[in-house]
Amino acid sequence: MDPVTLLTVVVLAVFVGFEVVSKVSSTLHTPLMSGANAIHGIILIGAITVAGQSLNPWLLTVALIAVVLATANLVGGFVVTDRMLKMFAPRKPAGADAKDATK
Amino acid sequence: MSLLSPEWTGLLYLVAAVCFILALRGLSSPKTARRGNLIGAAGALLAVITVFLSARIENIPAILIAIAVGSAIAAPISRRVEMTQMPQLVALFNGVGGGAAALVAMLELGSSESPWTKVAVVFTMLVGAVSFSGSAVTVGKLQGLISSRPLVFPGLALVMGGIVLAALVAGGFVVATGAPLWAVILLVIGLVVGALLVLPVGGADVPIVISLLNAFTGLAVAASGIVIGNLLLVVAGTLVGASGTILTRAMASAMGRGVSGILFGAFKGGSTAGSTTQSDRPVRTSNPEDVAVLLNYAQRVVIVPGYGLAVAQGQHTIAELATTLEARGVEVVFAIHPVAGRMPGHMNVLLAEANVPYESLREMAEVNPEFKNTDVALVVGANDVVNPAAKTSPGSPIYGMPILDVGDARQVVFLKRSMRPGFAGIENELLYDPKTSLLFGDAKDSLTKMLGAVNAL
Repeated sequence: MDPVTLLTVVVLAVFVGFEVVSKVSSTLHTPLMSGANAIHGIILIGAITVAGQSLNPWLLTVALIAVVLATANLVGGFVVTDRMLKMFAPRKPAGADAKDATK
Repeated sequence: MSLLSPEWTGLLYLVAAVCFILALRGLSSPKTARRGNLIGAAGALLAVITVFLSARIENIPAILIAIAVGSAIAAPISRRVEMTQMPQLVALFNGVGGGAAALVAMLELGSSESPWTKVAVVFTMLVGAVSFSGSAVTVGKLQGLISSRPLVFPGLALVMGGIVLAALVAGGFVVATGAPLWAVILLVIGLVVGALLVLPVGGADVPIVISLLNAFTGLAVAASGIVIGNLLLVVAGTLVGASGTILTRAMASAMGRGVSGILFGAFKGGSTAGSTTQSDRPVRTSNPEDVAVLLNYAQRVVIVPGYGLAVAQGQHTIAELATTLEARGVEVVFAIHPVAGRMPGHMNVLLAEANVPYESLREMAEVNPEFKNTDVALVVGANDVVNPAAKTSPGSPIYGMPILDVGDARQVVFLKRSMRPGFAGIENELLYDPKTSLLFGDAKDSLTKMLGAVNAL
């Protein structure tokens, strides 16, 4: 990858990252942290790429461990965030939705 | 063979990156938060499908099994874990993500030629390992497996300096020789650095450290993207790194702390140690019936919920108590300190779970001026967030942290398990104030008795 292009992408991503969360209220800090946590679980595609190229069984084993860890980060992160956010849903008359969540 | 051309792969990754940006944006507002999270998950799914179609991937059955195993471990835990243990879980997922990034980079060391790529390998491994072991220590502290008090030993700063130097040397050797042995040494050093970085942090500051380590993992993922030449990883990792940094600063300022003070305070000597001279001064204790009378005939009650309420699983009982009092014409609001619970916003989640209407939750700035017109402030399982030491004693570890001014209310009632100081380990003067009464016992138990007494009135 061309280093200057890479740098451009990184710098722009930094500004976007600063910008999108700059006005969040403290109420949403926890879900936002958890959501960002899920997003870096995308390291899974790195782990898949590496595992897909490993021919040596030992290296493959390590790569598969990375796949398991990354999947846990990605899947767990999104599920846990969704569970938190379910509770911010507008109140339904009998709180049907939230009742489920407590089970 | 690959089904997708590099152009299509790049375009699909771009779509995934946009999904992540929209996810973070959506998560910044209560109305769009849930949809934002789903958009993020959709982007992640798209990216995973794309990677299978884009490159030559061997061992597909083994990889699919590994993905199934990872999902089978994570999904049930995420669904079942108690809301009170949410911070530990987030820290755990963050740690394994950092670990995965470190492993990916280490495996790519053999195929990276340019010294710059090797520098990226070293960076990813080091930061990923720090995030992994640091998160492990935060989980231990939050779960009570490790003491939540700052763990400091003499010469810590010296040891830390030495180990950072060792990391630089090992990193240099990895770049110069590319030898796997040095890579393993580097990984171990990274693990030690992570543990040493988090052990000295006091309990109350742990949430901020989780957020910081989250940003670290983002950076590690971004660097791993440079290593394997994947732009999506670079963009997603950088996004998380940047937004995580902002979030960490926002959390720290909500607690009136500086990030560097939290991390390095213990190195400078005793800033988070806290003086806990457990005194045996007299306090005024009360019983559930008296408190019930007090609440029932008040005009305005402010409830200050804390972690103790969540631990006792008392949020449903307190919601019921609030509804009952409101039916009797008492004005009841909940005052939420920004860091009530274990993480900012944690208490909002817990009360929302118990169906407390969003409108009765008040943020600190809004509720503080109203304490003067409040008859009873009911503090349930909270301590540090109402401790006037944050305002009055400059030597205190929590000095400067914004607090809820419950002392301005006409009467203060504390529901506590014991006289033990809070998470930060500091004595609370307010407990000895003449207008304060204390009701000892399990929060849920006390609340249930109070509810019964109110109903009987």
